[in-house]
Amino acid sequence: MPHRHAERLLEAASQIILGKDRELRLALACLIARGHLLIEDVPGVGKTTLAHLFARLIGLQFQRIQFTSDLLPADILGVAIFDRENAAFRFKPGPVFSQLILADEINRATPKTQSALLEAMEERQVTTEGNTLPLPDPFFVIATQNPANQIGTFPLPESQLDRFLLRIQLGYPARNAERALLRGEDRRSLLERQQPVISPAELLAVQAVARQLTVAEPLIDYVQALLNATRLSTEFATGLSPRAGLGLLSAARAWALLDGRDHVLPEDVQALFPHVAGHRLHLAGDDRPAPPAALVRVLQSVALGA
Amino acid sequence: MAKAAPRPSASAQPAASLNRNQACWLLATAIFTLGPHTPYLPAWVTALCLALLGWRALRLWRGQLPPHRLLVMLIAISACAGIRIGFGQFFGKDPGVSLLAILLCLKLLETKAARDIRVAVLLAFFLQLSIFFEDQSLPVAALALCATLLALASLLALVDTDASTKARLRTSALLAAQGMPFMLALFVLFPRVQGPLWGLPADAFSARSGLTDSMQPGSISRLGLSEEIAFRADFDGPPPQPHQRYWRGPVLSEFDGTTWRPASAVTTTEPSYRPSGRRIDYRLTLEPHNRTWLLALDFPAAGLQGIRYSTDFLALTIAPVRQRTRFDLAAYPETWVGVVEAPGVLSAARQLPKGSNPRTYDLAQRLAAAAGNDPRAVLERVQNHLREAGLTYTLEPPLLGQQAIDEFLFDSRRGFCEHFSSAFVFLMRAAGIPARVVTGYQGGEINPIDGSLVVRQSDAHAWAEVWFDGRGWERVDPTALAAPGRLDSGLSAGLPATEARALAMPDWLRSLRHRWEAANNAWNQWILGYNPERQRDLLARLGLQKPDWGTLATAMGIAAGVLMGLLLLWAQRQHQAHGPLQKGWASFCHKLARRGLARHRWEGPADYGRRLALARPAEAEELRGICAEYARLRYGSGASAEKIRDLQQRITKLKLK
Repeated sequence: MPHRHAERLLEAASQIILGKDRELRLALACLIARGHLLIEDVPGVGKTTLAHLFARLIGLQFQRIQFTSDLLPADILGVAIFDRENAAFRFKPGPVFSQLILADEINRATPKTQSALLEAMEERQVTTEGNTLPLPDPFFVIATQNPANQIGTFPLPESQLDRFLLRIQLGYPARNAERALLRGEDRRSLLERQQPVISPAELLAVQAVARQLTVAEPLIDYVQALLNATRLSTEFATGLSPRAGLGLLSAARAWALLDGRDHVLPEDVQALFPHVAGHRLHLAGDDRPAPPAALVRVLQSVALGA
Repeated sequence: MAKAAPRPSASAQPAASLNRNQACWLLATAIFTLGPHTPYLPAWVTALCLALLGWRALRLWRGQLPPHRLLVMLIAISACAGIRIGFGQFFGKDPGVSLLAILLCLKLLETKAARDIRVAVLLAFFLQLSIFFEDQSLPVAALALCATLLALASLLALVDTDASTKARLRTSALLAAQGMPFMLALFVLFPRVQGPLWGLPADAFSARSGLTDSMQPGSISRLGLSEEIAFRADFDGPPPQPHQRYWRGPVLSEFDGTTWRPASAVTTTEPSYRPSGRRIDYRLTLEPHNRTWLLALDFPAAGLQGIRYSTDFLALTIAPVRQRTRFDLAAYPETWVGVVEAPGVLSAARQLPKGSNPRTYDLAQRLAAAAGNDPRAVLERVQNHLREAGLTYTLEPPLLGQQAIDEFLFDSRRGFCEHFSSAFVFLMRAAGIPARVVTGYQGGEINPIDGSLVVRQSDAHAWAEVWFDGRGWERVDPTALAAPGRLDSGLSAGLPATEARALAMPDWLRSLRHRWEAANNAWNQWILGYNPERQRDLLARLGLQKPDWGTLATAMGIAAGVLMGLLLLWAQRQHQAHGPLQKGWASFCHKLARRGLARHRWEGPADYGRRLALARPAEAEELRGICAEYARLRYGSGASAEKIRDLQQRITKLKLK
């Protein structure tokens, strides 16, 4: 009952993060699609809580890496230290060897350090001193990023952004939700007491089911048409890559699974498209990321066959 | 996904100004349209058109606006004045075409709005048609077709502003292809008028090179280097052997010492011989030569249509051949002709001018005496003499004086077929045996592409006929005595090696020429040669016996209607190539669109269902159900014909209040 697992998980999560059902659903879809999540928002809206929460709910081994300008790659990947007893170097794994990683304020670190993490994310393994060590499975990175116009940030280059499957924004809570938040208990203590709802093994099972969902020919046509529309549009500097297309499909599969369907609908693709394309497309001329309105224009320019 | 406000209208046309792309297409159209006209326009018109088009291109390149109206007007008025002065009038083909060409260029210069483009394209279409007044050859037709495609692309550039060049050309080719069946129907059915397609009287009387009706030294060797086609023949069976391919032209009996001329002959509607032996059916396509002789294969069958027979066995047309014409002919090469010959003809065939070529005359006397005056023996001795006299066959015979035959036989000993034939006939006559010169063509080359025999001017030939009592006229080819290869392998085989090399052609070029001539032949036969007779034959084969204008018009209407129906059917199938599920969904969407709930073209079925359910709460369940079922069948894995049929029925039964 993969769908039931996901449902339970979402229900429990919405008890703690109030009024953010859609964002939670997107984050979970990203997790099920085996992608990594980029959260872009101002501090204090619950980015860290969200990462914590997922770790708790699934019982994942959790590590938080606070990115600062003096963080080094070895601080993430680990170092080889000399073991006197054995008279040999021993590799001391860094925080990246965990199942869920919160890379907080990733754009505060230098590009060198950023790329150390991002390469590990892509390869799902770490290579140091000629040894290749696999990362655990499931392996899920949630990176948070401050809006780029803040001081002391190194914006992620486009090639690195491409490694995040989805980008979401949490935004301020709705009025009622914020009120409940203000009145209620401290979220941290709630988190501490939260028991896992599903096991990592069950998560792996859900991921496997999502991969099997039916994607009909017309839907592939549709995704292709969308990709093509971004490539032909004069609005963007470059169009979406085939990798982005694959990501869009796998995210749409996870989305369909969360909806309890065994097949993907164009609506799934449309729901995920802004989150898959938003950080990958840049406006032609200036280097700004594509605004939501531009993405909606792309969606509306592609007809669904009838 | 955020549902945004209606999308900004993407179809908002830019202001009425022309964009560069449209202007470029139009310019290319004009260049291709006017290109084939240039040889036929007065030089000043061509120059003016070039200048105007160049100006247009320059302005386009610099992104300038059209020149001032008054300036354009001024040029137009001066051009009209120029045409009035140059041609003396405005009416008629040539001033008309010149005027249109200038107007097209001027129109291009002042194009500002879509309307101007349409006008210019219409003008271009007309000019593309009018080139056929001048030239109907295959290359010109191909150029005109290119221009038509470009003109269509120019029109498309108005509608679809951001298609690629390739896509636009593809679309215009598709449009042209869709028009093709209509064109064919009109071509086949439209009543033909007598005369060539597009023929105008001015075309008919141009001078043509080819055989003439007299022969003197040099008159045939002059043709030896001309690769121009004289005629083509398509045989029903296997073509005759090269040494049987004698195409008969003027028969020359009268000799004044230098020049051979035809004796007067009578023409009748029936041949003066009885054809016998093997029959060869063939079609002869004669290039215009402005003469009446047909150049038929020896000897034409009786009862051929539109043909007269002369007493010297020549087939003649009634009027001079002034356009490429096709004749259905037959020949009996084994026929004996002239067994009973009129005494006048025989005496003319013995006549010689007094005192002409005395050395040859003496030689003939000696040969005849040695042969005991037996005609067959004389022939043999004359042939032996020519064979052994050390004569050379050459395209470059030396110039000869008054006693040409003497000089050829005894001094220069170099000559072309006219020298050989006249020397031979002179010898026979001097020996008292009736003989005469026959000119025409010999040989020809089979085009391996379409199997037709092509005879060129270089195949022009002169041979001889000798009359024997009881046998009639018998063909003797004296040239073969000196150059035996001439008969079987054509001119270059008979020539000395040094001269043959100049005529030789590399194989690839020869094969290219074969292809080109085959294509041209097909074009001439099937397109240009489609005259009233052939239309009648074709229609008779289609079951329309002797149709009048009314019948043809009806047939044309029916054909056009049927074609239009087929095209519509095809277009509809293209449109709904998706199958029953998509059809059902389309009709569902259509049903709701009429209730003001049109599906946005990007809207997915589930979203649409939700929207419909909100808008029409009374039927919410059914509407959502249909949408959900469609989504399942189209995007899920469990679609079956049965489920699709069920959904279709559900949609058909759906009643909206």
